[in-house]
Amino acid sequence: MSVESVAFWGLAVVLVASSLAVVLTRNLFHSVLYLALSLTATAGVFLSLDAEFLAAIQLLLYAGGVVTIAVFAIVVTERLVGDRITQTSRQLFTGFILAGALLVALLVVFRRAPLTVPRPVVTGDLTRAIGESLLTSYVLSFELLGVLLLAGLLGALYFARPDD
Amino acid sequence: MTLQAYLTLAALLFCIGLFGVLTRRNTIGILLGIELMLNAVNINLVAFARCLGDVSGMVFTVFTICITVVEVALGLALVILIFRIRRTAVADHLDLLRG
Repeated sequence: MSVESVAFWGLAVVLVASSLAVVLTRNLFHSVLYLALSLTATAGVFLSLDAEFLAAIQLLLYAGGVVTIAVFAIVVTERLVGDRITQTSRQLFTGFILAGALLVALLVVFRRAPLTVPRPVVTGDLTRAIGESLLTSYVLSFELLGVLLLAGLLGALYFARPDD
Repeated sequence: MTLQAYLTLAALLFCIGLFGVLTRRNTIGILLGIELMLNAVNINLVAFARCLGDVSGMVFTVFTICITVVEVALGLALVILIFRIRRTAVADHLDLLRG
């Protein structure tokens, strides 16, 4: 086995195990910590796909930002220790059947589709290509993203205003 | 690794996230499940972009990551707001519109 496939399988095991822990563990705070592990492993998957820039964004925004916000929300809505932080799940059987059916359907599609294309070698700097693409073909979407961030910021401020 | 391996991994993660969204009762737990699903989509986008030699998929990943962060920030702001009004973070307790 090559180094690449060893890295992929290691990352895949960590990803699946930590994602299962996110949806199955009873402690909500542990759930968020497992999510952080899962998002970090995803950054590893991006690295194995030669997307260093996306791996950095993933670590900064997701593993840094999202996890911090989620922990903050838990601290506000639950007590961090004690029995209120435990959460229960419902309709485990229905959820399992639905998710399993979707997984089987997807795998059947993957088996039928001709997806065994060989991976092309990287030509040039991918980060540079992303940057050039962002500011040429996708410049309108890029600007709209800035507007969305501003709207989100104002919305969150509006939600968080003190009671008057 | 082949494209198929990455797609299978992402499908597995997506279904785990869907299971979490369907079964969790706490609103924060549901949001974490949505995070897992979006994460799986990102893996798919990057894998396709890399294997087809087209950088557009990676640009889309930049967009989805940014939009997801906004979504989480606003979603959790809503959770905190609902908690301040109703003193609960469990989705089943939010039945104001039930007839």
